[in-house]
Amino acid sequence: MLSKILEVEDLKVEFHTYRGVVKALNGVSFMVEKGEVFGLAGETGSGKSVTGLAIQRLLPSNAVVVGGRIMFDGRDLLNLKEEEMNKIRGKEMTAVFQDPHTYLNPVFKMQDQFRDILLVNDREIASIKDKRAIKKAVNNRIIQMLTEVQMPAPERVAKMYPHELSGGMKQRMMLAMAFSLRPKLIIADEPTTALDVTIQAQVLELMKSLQRKYDTSVILITHDLGVIAETCRRIAVMYAGRIIEMGNVDSVYAKPLHPYTQGLMRALPRADKDLKVESIGGSVPDLVELPPGCPFHPRCPHAMEVCRKTNPRTLKIDGRVVECHLYDEEITEGRVA
Amino acid sequence: MEAASKIRAEEAEKGDDVLVRIEGLRKWFPILGGVLQRTVGYVYAVEDVSFDIRNAETLALVGESGSGKTTVGLMLAKLEPPTGGKILYRGRDVSRLSSRETKWYRKKVQMVFQDPYASLNPRMLIKDTIMEVMKVHRVSGRNSYDKAVELMTRVGLSEEHLYRYPHELSGGQRQRAVLARALCVEPEFIILDEPTASLDVSVQAQVLDLLKLLQDEFHYTYLLITHNLAVVRYISDRTVVMYRGMWVESSPTRKLFGGAEHPYTRALLSSVPIPEPRSNVAKQLLKGEPPNPTERVKACPFVDRCPHVMPVCGEKMPPTTRINGSHQVRCWLSVKK
Repeated sequence: MLSKILEVEDLKVEFHTYRGVVKALNGVSFMVEKGEVFGLAGETGSGKSVTGLAIQRLLPSNAVVVGGRIMFDGRDLLNLKEEEMNKIRGKEMTAVFQDPHTYLNPVFKMQDQFRDILLVNDREIASIKDKRAIKKAVNNRIIQMLTEVQMPAPERVAKMYPHELSGGMKQRMMLAMAFSLRPKLIIADEPTTALDVTIQAQVLELMKSLQRKYDTSVILITHDLGVIAETCRRIAVMYAGRIIEMGNVDSVYAKPLHPYTQGLMRALPRADKDLKVESIGGSVPDLVELPPGCPFHPRCPHAMEVCRKTNPRTLKIDGRVVECHLYDEEITEGRVA
Repeated sequence: MEAASKIRAEEAEKGDDVLVRIEGLRKWFPILGGVLQRTVGYVYAVEDVSFDIRNAETLALVGESGSGKTTVGLMLAKLEPPTGGKILYRGRDVSRLSSRETKWYRKKVQMVFQDPYASLNPRMLIKDTIMEVMKVHRVSGRNSYDKAVELMTRVGLSEEHLYRYPHELSGGQRQRAVLARALCVEPEFIILDEPTASLDVSVQAQVLDLLKLLQDEFHYTYLLITHNLAVVRYISDRTVVMYRGMWVESSPTRKLFGGAEHPYTRALLSSVPIPEPRSNVAKQLLKGEPPNPTERVKACPFVDRCPHVMPVCGEKMPPTTRINGSHQVRCWLSVKK
């Protein structure tokens, strides 16, 4: 029996900038089941990273959540006090980011940074009274986790500084830290984008096996549709701050419904076969001045009159969610008649 | 111009179609250390690279970060002097050009970098950026403005974009503007260093198609430096694979994707995530990471990670083996056959 770990409903986020109000999220709804890897795909500015940050309540100070609800394991995250949120972050929900340089402190050894995480967050270790025993328990846990992420020479790596690790090793370290507290949800934002393909394959394989072992839910945020195809069970495609299509990876890749998803799949050069690539004309809309109606209509090959005026409804077709007038029977039937 | 015609005449006499020939190219970057900033070691970035680029073809130089592919590009653009080896352009040794010939060379050989924002002056209009280059190289004196407009349309922009600053253009438009600047001096040979790495997929396809179109029309010769194998398959005629500063396999692109010989190339190809769920055709996961570039390569550089390693691999450098036609590989496995 599957159960929901996270449910996001109609989430709206705005950024106040000198250019005006940037409407980064315009009603995002999805849920993540226990133990699944959920892929959040989209291009630059589609709102996928903002969604990840909003769930962790880590948005920058100029961002405002103007609407919606985020339910995490039975709690309404947007109504929690900061102290309560602090208890969730790190322990129940952790993050893995793209750039290893920015989240590892360059002046501390790996074991010192790892120790801080365990000392602050780990209940088991916090319950130990004897100082020596704490030190021993912490060190054991660090070595155990580093072994689990297949770090070469764990004892030696623990004493290294971040700059002594390669990109792949840093990302393994990040996974070790993230999984060390057995969180219920990990939000991985482009975790392998900075890595070479051979290393990316290693890290993704590792993440999948750890996730299965600990039955952790993962939100994998990436622009790479190949990475999602190989790691996720379900995918949500974002465009201009909305999820325009969502469903099982198998069905979405086999038969994308939304014209944007279709365009993305056709625009992708393939390493495994010779395919004619077709680009999507135009570029992503300005989030300060979103076009009226469907945000994709200026680039859409099937744009109708109604697309320029009204926003499409959220439709459910064969277990899939799609936001497009083409599939709205009320509109298509009206048009035919 | 006299130099050019003389060289072209020489070329015609020899009657082969090779535009650029690289022989045993090598680049060591010194590591300075101590109070006196003496050379304490070297980063052996490029150890041994040889290949030919024929007229009006696209040669892809593929490798992971640190493989030395960008350094090869920089040496070809005459931005870094080689430590050893030769670069011949139309049969002429590039490191021995007179200052006049160098100017001719710099006009004929242009480079486009990964980040278009970093390669445009933020305080100059696109018009001034392009016209400055034309002025320096004395092309089309009074008509330079008309030429700039023509170039903009050639790369899919319009006259209006000439009056924009780089920050007023989108990523794809910026890359087109950089391309327009490269084309304004009527080059023959364009070095493209990760030209689409900073672009979203929908825009990447537009730029790739533009590159193809320009080549068909104006017969430019491209050296495409990239880690993206899907892009290589889509756009290149021949491919050279690099690993740790050495070329390991060189082949027509179609043959390479159908039947790679070198274990590294095979692993690289199977590591690319395919946007098709359950397409996992028995991934060959490579163990470990590329070797340290501050140590010299004495035997096969891939020996530590190779799944088919033999005793001889750690002892001697593998010789070049010709598989058939222009498909060449450097691996002891192929020698045995």
